[in-house]
Amino acid sequence: MNPRRTLATAGRVLAQIRHDPRTIVLLLVVPSLLIGLVAWIFSDTPVFDRIGPAMIALFPFIVMFLVTSITTLRERRTGTLERLLSMPLGKGDFILGYTLAFGLLAVLQSAVAVGYAVWVCGLTIAGSVWLLLAVAVADAVLGTTFGLLASAFARTEFQVVQFMPALVFPQILLGGIFLPRDQLPDALRIISDWLPLSHAIDALQAVASNSQDAAYIGGELLIIGAWIVGAVVVGSITLRRRTP
Amino acid sequence: MSHLSAPAVHVTDLFARRGRHPVLHGLSLTVPRGLVVGLIGPSGCGKTTLMRSIVGVQLVQSGEVTVLGRPAGSVSLRNRVGYVTQDASVYDDLTVRQNLRYFRSVLGAPASDVDRVIDATDLGRYAGQLAGSLSGGQRSRVSLAGALLGSPELLVLDEPTVGLDPVLRVELWELFHRLAAGGTSLLVSSHVMDEASRCDRLLLMRDGEILADDTPAGLLASTATDDVEAAFLSLIRRHPSPEDPQADDPSSEGRPTGTGSTGFDGAL
Repeated sequence: MNPRRTLATAGRVLAQIRHDPRTIVLLLVVPSLLIGLVAWIFSDTPVFDRIGPAMIALFPFIVMFLVTSITTLRERRTGTLERLLSMPLGKGDFILGYTLAFGLLAVLQSAVAVGYAVWVCGLTIAGSVWLLLAVAVADAVLGTTFGLLASAFARTEFQVVQFMPALVFPQILLGGIFLPRDQLPDALRIISDWLPLSHAIDALQAVASNSQDAAYIGGELLIIGAWIVGAVVVGSITLRRRTP
Repeated sequence: MSHLSAPAVHVTDLFARRGRHPVLHGLSLTVPRGLVVGLIGPSGCGKTTLMRSIVGVQLVQSGEVTVLGRPAGSVSLRNRVGYVTQDASVYDDLTVRQNLRYFRSVLGAPASDVDRVIDATDLGRYAGQLAGSLSGGQRSRVSLAGALLGSPELLVLDEPTVGLDPVLRVELWELFHRLAAGGTSLLVSSHVMDEASRCDRLLLMRDGEILADDTPAGLLASTATDDVEAAFLSLIRRHPSPEDPQADDPSSEGRPTGTGSTGFDGAL
């Protein structure tokens, strides 16, 4: 691992995205549009204030997962990854470079989504908006690192897109949006306790209702952070220099 | 410092699979330093698998691959060996210059290298264009330029001249010889037989085996043919029918600098 190579990789990924303005617009706008749609659907009910925070967790998580997994899979398939691995690039440099680049995009995307939800859709945030943003960013970075990990196990674009329902949908279903987590059957509640998206949703809801102190939010952020680090480490380990 | 005098590449009894299929079965060869060595053989004969083994990205079953005196894939080799994959491995959504700048910083090569390799591959006019907007031949030159960064001691080039116009192909071969004259060792694969005559030495490959390891002139003399394609055919004909009287011809004849162990008679 080498900071210069990690940063060069992050810079290169950002330069690639800069050449694709439509992706940038979609990345920044789509989560907000979806949040706006949910707000509109529930406009005459109190539902949006209840599920709005979860939407901030959901859409950036999914979008970052898809974008990252497909970008890195493309790198595997076009031979550039093979070229890089024959060069003095550490596997960690590669994964961390991607995480940094998409992490930066995740910050921008989350800022737009949080701003839109709060100031345009009128989502009531009793706690700190900054804390809300911090959780949202951690959650989007989580989507990025999951995407990196998923692309390691996919050989084709078809496969990597299938990983989205496989890895992401169970977390959505068990995350407390459809049914509060404490009302889930015991076994499912225990599973949901282990899933990172549950903690992101819990934290966002806690900030929105200001029902917990900062230490609780910090604890949830730590759990999400541990999943991020874990995904980066496993992603680096599963990256093979030599392939059959 | 024995590795300084070691050959560029030394392969002993290499077995490797590509995916699930056995491709190399006990292959041995030597690539001497400072020469342009052509790896010539039909598509699917194992050239790419062999090259991947040499640059250390191929999982091998058994056998030994030594590059510049060190085991292939060693960390210390990663900026001493340049590798060009068969399909241009460049980022289509970056400009030529951005591609090369990134590879340069990964290699830790001097910043001036980017302009040097753009000149060497005659890409000056396209430096500001997206690689994806270039023709196939231009893209493969970008890929080649990337491998020249940092002036590696060994260049492993997998079909670098496919799809290039004849003038450019001649220019590239001239570049290869200039590099070799400067001390770089080159292993260049091709399935185009007429490129063979441009190499200092030839490795003729078929079905994962080396049929001949010789100079172009030595190969023609030993097979009594006057072009490489005919020489190749004559070598193949000897393979299935050892009772053929021609097969008993001592193949060492006309091999002035043969490296011995992998002459075609030995490989068959």
